[in-house]
Amino acid sequence: MLSLKNVSRTFNGGLAGFQNISLQSKKGEVIGLLGTSGCGKSTLLRVISGLDPDYSGAVEIDQEKIKAVHEKVGIIFQEPRLMPWLNVIDNIGFGVKQKTDKLSEAKAYIDLVGLAGSEKLYPKDLSGGMAQRVSIARALITNPEVLLLDEPFSALDAFTKMQLQDLLLNIWNQYRSSIFLVTHDIDEALYLCDRIFILRGQPGEVYKELTVDVQKPRTRGDEELAKMKGQILELLDLSKSEKGNQNEHNKVASK
Amino acid sequence: MASKNTVLPQKSQWKSKDKIRIPKKLKLTLVGSIVPLVLLVAWQVMSVIGVFESHLLPAPTQVLERIGSLVADGSLWGHIGVTLYRIFIGFGIGVACAVIAGSVVGYLKTAELLVDPLIQGFRSIPSLAWVPLFILWMGIGEPSKITLIAVGVFFPVYLNIVSGIQGVDRKLIEVGKIYNFTPLQMVKRIILPASLPSFFTGVRSGLGLGWMFVVAAELMGASKGIGYLLVVGQNTYSPDLVLASIVMIAIFGKLTDSVLKGFEVRALHWQDNFGKQN
Repeated sequence: MLSLKNVSRTFNGGLAGFQNISLQSKKGEVIGLLGTSGCGKSTLLRVISGLDPDYSGAVEIDQEKIKAVHEKVGIIFQEPRLMPWLNVIDNIGFGVKQKTDKLSEAKAYIDLVGLAGSEKLYPKDLSGGMAQRVSIARALITNPEVLLLDEPFSALDAFTKMQLQDLLLNIWNQYRSSIFLVTHDIDEALYLCDRIFILRGQPGEVYKELTVDVQKPRTRGDEELAKMKGQILELLDLSKSEKGNQNEHNKVASK
Repeated sequence: MASKNTVLPQKSQWKSKDKIRIPKKLKLTLVGSIVPLVLLVAWQVMSVIGVFESHLLPAPTQVLERIGSLVADGSLWGHIGVTLYRIFIGFGIGVACAVIAGSVVGYLKTAELLVDPLIQGFRSIPSLAWVPLFILWMGIGEPSKITLIAVGVFFPVYLNIVSGIQGVDRKLIEVGKIYNFTPLQMVKRIILPASLPSFFTGVRSGLGLGWMFVVAAELMGASKGIGYLLVVGQNTYSPDLVLASIVMIAIFGKLTDSVLKGFEVRALHWQDNFGKQN
């Protein structure tokens, strides 16, 4: 499956991005990347997706090194990124190459994400949650083996967020693709992920790897999860992120 | 109190009448024609009581009469036809060149570096300055007129296409990259539709310039066309003919723009704009 070997990608003279990240995903595993803003989570996802080819190290899918966008990878962005000139069903079928069964396939995914009846709506008429459902369907229609999610629910209200998290679990149950979920929401990571990597520092590095050994579907108020949340908060060390401060000093000094 | 009570029911009656009898579009047209109508009436009244002298500014009715006589002797359609023919050909050539040049320059960085400074330089030349050269090269027949119109139309369309393409959201482009789109697919499925709004802006302002230049071209030497009527009006001291031509230009300018606007509304119905809130 997907493996990263000593992957680094930094900008701003080595002060932003991430470095030396190695990890390996198993088939059907949900991996969470958790960290405060600016630690390179989204950059890491862009590197895995192939959108950002200027990295060092090796990203491999099924032992095949990727330097460009791989067809086995699907990505769901923070914003829905729908084409405003296409209606729901055409947006879902946007990435399908063969024209013949585009519509019927798109229909199937419309039902899956619970948007039956909204096929003909345009993005301007959709709520944030509906738009994100469309973008989930659009990413799934190409049957990706690795699904990348870049803070997919962070712009949604709390209730829509929970609905879509459950939708994602449903989908994962059906397709068992590997999922990489970048998030800054600890509850979300604990609710969805099998393993959580905590990134810290600027540039970000893997600070800790946690395994969540609770059977899915989990309950949101689970005691074990609550304990882990405390642990994660401690690991993130939000009160005094020394490294970040140090870097800021460096920045000032270099100016 | 008593007067209030009598007024209120009347008001509500009016409201319900409006809703039932006048469709929305018609209502908008009516609202839009209030100011012009008032001005027209004022003009007519001023002419009748002699404030405006008729050899300088004839009354609206006189202008209408003049248009009527042009219609009656059948010459009006010939003039309008020639002008429309010139503007369509010139506009078509201008838009076509602008679409090709604008797409290439907008999409390819090297093309922009090579060609754009030159085009920007040419843009700062008033198109009318080309007239002597065009006449020298092509004579005073149709080619020089049409070329002038095409040059005028080219620049707004070109500029808008380039900025439209360069302004396409990087986030949408990335979606295409995720699906491994070829450059051609990228242009066809993302860049073109996304830059359609600014294309229409360019085309509509191009058409406006087209009307300007068709009149300019006809003023300089033509034996037919609305601009020619203007010259005749000037030489025969008939301000009614001049005004009649101006009214014709206004009417056909507005009509052709409405056609483009119709296409625009249909093609861009997906836009979520302040102007479209209703």
